[in-house]
Amino acid sequence: MKVNELFKEELKVINMGLGSFANDLKSQDVAVIHVDWRPVAGGNKKMASLLSKLKGK
Amino acid sequence: MISKWLIKENSYYDSVTLMIITKEIEARDDVENAVVVMGTDLNKDLLRNVGLLNDELNKTTANDLIIAVKMKDESKFEEIVAKVEELLNKKKSDGGEDYNPPTLDSAIKYMPDSNMVVISLPGAYAAAEAKKALENDKHVMLFSDNVTIEQERELKELAVSKGLLMMGPDCGTAMINQVPLCFCNKVEKGNIGIVGASGTGTQEIMVQIDRFGGGCSQVIGTGGRDLKKEIGGLMMTLGIQALAEDDNTDVIVLVSKPPALEIAEKVLQTLKKCGKKAVVDFIGGDDELVTKYGFIPAKSLEDAAYKAVALAKGQQAEEAPLFTESEEEIDKMAEEERKKFSPDQKYLRGLFSGGTLCDEALKLFTKEFGGIYSNIPLTPEYRLQDNKKSYKHTALDLGDDEFTVGRPHPMIDSYMRQQMIMKEAEDREVAVLLMDVVLGYGSNEDPAGSLADHIKLAKKNFADRGQHLCVVAYVCGTKKDPQNYEQQINKLKDAGAILMPSNAQAVRFAMKVVRGL
Repeated sequence: MKVNELFKEELKVINMGLGSFANDLKSQDVAVIHVDWRPVAGGNKKMASLLSKLKGK
Repeated sequence: MISKWLIKENSYYDSVTLMIITKEIEARDDVENAVVVMGTDLNKDLLRNVGLLNDELNKTTANDLIIAVKMKDESKFEEIVAKVEELLNKKKSDGGEDYNPPTLDSAIKYMPDSNMVVISLPGAYAAAEAKKALENDKHVMLFSDNVTIEQERELKELAVSKGLLMMGPDCGTAMINQVPLCFCNKVEKGNIGIVGASGTGTQEIMVQIDRFGGGCSQVIGTGGRDLKKEIGGLMMTLGIQALAEDDNTDVIVLVSKPPALEIAEKVLQTLKKCGKKAVVDFIGGDDELVTKYGFIPAKSLEDAAYKAVALAKGQQAEEAPLFTESEEEIDKMAEEERKKFSPDQKYLRGLFSGGTLCDEALKLFTKEFGGIYSNIPLTPEYRLQDNKKSYKHTALDLGDDEFTVGRPHPMIDSYMRQQMIMKEAEDREVAVLLMDVVLGYGSNEDPAGSLADHIKLAKKNFADRGQHLCVVAYVCGTKKDPQNYEQQINKLKDAGAILMPSNAQAVRFAMKVVRGL
């Protein structure tokens, strides 16, 4: 199972959302990359859904 | 009062950052109300409630930053905006000069060997990003709530089909390969693996394992709904299977609120197949069922840890003593407190930041006293009419939704608990205040310090009217946590609190003090 492979690897994290979670990991020398996330299509849900459908094609 | 506002288009900041900034601006003498938020529908309601919403603000999107202030002196607005910008910039630079890719896709390209995606985005966006992560073969910890149960089911089915972790939604605590994620204590490495469906319940067990000289291999969070029928324990089952195959795990601990019978049986059958020793804490649930499958039930979170450590050392799992100190000493301490009360002091008031710690208090208290009022009551007749007004014996979960609208969780920000301490201090019938202080990553950097002054003030209020307030506290933390454990304990002791070494012991001591009053 992939989970058991994970248990043997070095944890490498992508963090999306609260920056403090990334900072906590950084302070422990854990490899982490924080995504400068913002809502797709400026938070316009209809537009975001259209875009995601286009991307899926 | 004058209302002034500013919109910064296309400037996204996370809600916790903005809540902390809002609080700082609101603390100014020249400000009556301040709202620094993104233009989401929920935040527009918040603006409307304080009379700050107008047509222009109503047109903003979730990607626009709003700074809206109700103030005495219009000329101060520029200064306030400058202060907000300074705080925002400070937050940005705290993150260092690292490259921050704009999307998950670009982050994966930048770090292709990443193996875990931690998501704490607003709920409306979180599930889509979690799905994308799983599709890219990444394990996921989903901290966000407001994800539907259908989405949860879909995500977990996808994860199980790929053998990936899908921890959450609403998963606050995990430790993978000794790395604490989100809200988590730093504990000794060891041979006990935990699968937990309750955040602070898991933290308490980890901390107590550390206190009893044991250690943890992996701590897998599932999110609070995993054992509901709709999800069927998908992640708890996967977690057990993963720990079964893990050579570094000898003992497994499960912790969750009592699941539906069929789900409990399914989980216990999986556990049976894995062949490892296990302690199961279905908090307040059916012990007989657990025993039937050959596993050891726990009387409290502390007891789960105590038994797991014994098993991990190859010993018999005896029940944890009710108190670490001798009962004689405990009785003497309780009697000392009782002597100081006035005749009208009768009640216990619990002010909790940890939901499971509050739940454990309700269960222990109800067993002996028959019932206790709460915002998360065990039975409907003990629901408070007004959650901000305690009645008779009461224990509150201050991390519950009603207390956290528009402000950070009480484990991050003590404001609500400070207010509630002072409110209880006005009540002549209160005898005991009971509190948890949760340390670890994610939590406030000085939680004890942020409560100490209010504890002192509350005790002074009682003393000024010839009464005595007994404060019982428990620090859920280890010496390895980023807050200084000893200093946290000492700050509470100096404020006059009586410290107990576990949540269960703190509750039991508080019960001894109020019994028969």
